[in-house]
Amino acid sequence: MISESETCPVVSVRGVRVAFGAVTALDGVDLDIHPGETLGLVGHNGAGKSTIVNVINGGLTPHQGSLAYGAVDAAGGGVSAARAGGVRCVFQELSLCPNLTVAENIRLMHQGLTGVGWRREALSLIRAKLSEIFPGNRVDCAATVAELPITERQMVEIAINFLSIGTPPRLVILDEPTSSLDAALAEQLMAHVRRYVAGGGSVLLISHILGEILSTSTRIVVMKDGKVVANRPVSGFSGKSLVEAMGSVVKEKVRAGARDLSKAPLAVSLPAAAGAATAFAARRGEIVGLAGLGGHGQTDMLLSLFRSRSSSWLPKRPQEVAFVAGDRALNGTFPLWSILRNLSIGDLGALSRLSTIAHGEETALGGEWKSRMAIRTPDMGNPILSLSGGNQQKVLFARALATPAAIVLMDDPMRGVDIGTKQDVYGIIRAEAEAGRTFIWYSTEMDEICLCDRVYVFRDGVMVAELTGDDISEERVLAASFQGEAA
Amino acid sequence: MNALKPFLSKPWLWSWLAALATFIVTILFTGGASAFGLSQATLTFAAFSVLVGLGQMLVITLGPGNIDLSVPATITLSGTLALKFMDTQDTLILPGLAIAIGIGLCIGLANYGLIKLLRIPPIIATLSMSFLVQSMAIWSNRGLRIKPPEALAAFATGTTLGIPNIALVGLVVSLAVWWLLERSIYGRWISAIGQKLAAARMAGIPVDGTRCLTYILCAILAAFCGYLLASFSGGAALNMGAEYLLMSIAVVVIGGSAVAGGNSNVPGIWGASLFMFLVVSMLNTYGFGAGIRLILTGLIIIAVIVAASRPAGAR
Repeated sequence: MISESETCPVVSVRGVRVAFGAVTALDGVDLDIHPGETLGLVGHNGAGKSTIVNVINGGLTPHQGSLAYGAVDAAGGGVSAARAGGVRCVFQELSLCPNLTVAENIRLMHQGLTGVGWRREALSLIRAKLSEIFPGNRVDCAATVAELPITERQMVEIAINFLSIGTPPRLVILDEPTSSLDAALAEQLMAHVRRYVAGGGSVLLISHILGEILSTSTRIVVMKDGKVVANRPVSGFSGKSLVEAMGSVVKEKVRAGARDLSKAPLAVSLPAAAGAATAFAARRGEIVGLAGLGGHGQTDMLLSLFRSRSSSWLPKRPQEVAFVAGDRALNGTFPLWSILRNLSIGDLGALSRLSTIAHGEETALGGEWKSRMAIRTPDMGNPILSLSGGNQQKVLFARALATPAAIVLMDDPMRGVDIGTKQDVYGIIRAEAEAGRTFIWYSTEMDEICLCDRVYVFRDGVMVAELTGDDISEERVLAASFQGEAA
Repeated sequence: MNALKPFLSKPWLWSWLAALATFIVTILFTGGASAFGLSQATLTFAAFSVLVGLGQMLVITLGPGNIDLSVPATITLSGTLALKFMDTQDTLILPGLAIAIGIGLCIGLANYGLIKLLRIPPIIATLSMSFLVQSMAIWSNRGLRIKPPEALAAFATGTTLGIPNIALVGLVVSLAVWWLLERSIYGRWISAIGQKLAAARMAGIPVDGTRCLTYILCAILAAFCGYLLASFSGGAALNMGAEYLLMSIAVVVIGGSAVAGGNSNVPGIWGASLFMFLVVSMLNTYGFGAGIRLILTGLIIIAVIVAASRPAGAR
């Protein structure tokens, strides 16, 4: 390994300050990223992780401080300077153009791709890169991005950023890259990161999955409230010390033994689909997990369940179902609205008399959920887009939980939510389930699947297994997900 | 300056400033002699634009692609059939109003029926509906000009406390629509649908019901406008709705409502309606020929839209 003093850092950030209105997002941050290292970046929602990423990739000009790529000072150089410096960024919010094909998206990202036959060249490059990173994948690269499931969109976006056309990538920023990937794909990506770094590249890895950070990074930086609070080689951290550095106390897992709910009344029951091994049922007060590899029909099932239980023509009070979106840019947030309006839209009927909305009650609802969910904002009247991704997700949770709906559908809703809040939300879900609500929960994270009372495993659009009680484990879920495939 | 900031950021401000400036310039030219007459005429004609503009605004709030092109035909058919039904008898004024509103209800339902059942884009659905409706108006009108009942004509052309009755009707309807948009659940729903249809559905909003109601409201407001317009101008004519197609869309845009949907306002409809009438009167007062007048109208509208869209773009 090359010692830090001998090499020129790929990116060097000095004393950077960024403020959005009254909120200070970065408060004097110093950060160097050297060739041949994977820098793990962790911290709570709103700690400033996405902001420092935006400073490094040129999307944000810091209000104070300096920025250099290699030996080149790049203050105010913007995105083009970052690209010239070899910085590539895989965004947390997927950033491919949905109406263009994969090849056309590559052309947008890599201006160096020119001449007759660029589509064919792009296709062969991306196919090669995809099978290098994700061996055995079946992504249809000729499709437009909108036709790809979210998992494959994320895979394509990652592969595009590792492509070497024109300026080779020197630093690849991965902002929550595995939140839409299942465990097997995530492991392939981490293996690729280790290979890439061993070859002299560098990676900035942001993840809420501490296992990934600890197993893949060579150095870890912990951020809190816009400052760097710890910066040490990975050997100096354990899972526990890392969480402590972020400032949240590790809470006991809320897994409260298997509850016997077989006598509780049925809340939902669906007949078995063609090719499915089992029918679907959920009982009152039960937490039912939908597991399996990402994009194997779990979201479709939640959407159709929601549609069949709610009317598109007449308002229904009280609502039977509520939905927590995972793809919040697609079917979650209302971008023109304040945080408060995004929260209260779930059940305006409860806040109104003679269909006139009572503003006092709406504000009170906002105050209650702001503290219950610890939504990080000085004012619930601020625009929803002023919140970080994880905090927006908390608002969507609050929207669903504030309704009286007896069934809550959750579409992998914890993407980008920090560990402390996750534990709080798990607690709330438990308590609400005890009180009689039914939760149907699609998750790509095994920890969450293990919190469920019962789990259905999906493969190729249908349910192939049902696991209960102590059978719910990572091994069993994976075994069912891959059954019958010559992997 | 800071105290003015929330006021300056209002999207409807520009239409009001433009209307005020046009009014002053016109009055200056005539030396103040025509101020009263001009105000009366402006309020009356603006009120007709307001009625159709409010309905179109609700539809445009529903988001990209939503527009009602059947407004002029609805105006014509409702004016024609209501007057024919009332047959100049004062006792039939209220049943005649019910007929007009009923026509609006049917056209609105048919519009959304086409959009939903045949999955036709609103622009095509409402355009084809407008051909059907206009043909019915031609068939039932047969070139005859039926007079309105006397009491109704007197009301439509009269004033109360110096303010034209039509303007007062427009004001009452505007207050009702303002309440719908800003205070009621329905207003939140159409704004949510306009921002993101999929998210609105998954938030539990009855999307189809709300959209259908919006097309019905738009058609009812147009039909109501036709009923008043025919009474005001002494009878229904087959081309009476023609100018209200562009007018209804223009007042929404100039009034500062978002063309992409999700964000609308009622005061802007008034500012823009007053402005649209005043521009034409101003150019008339200055004695320009028809060609120059149209060119200048176009240029002035562009200028106002550019000014109005700047605050949002600077963000």
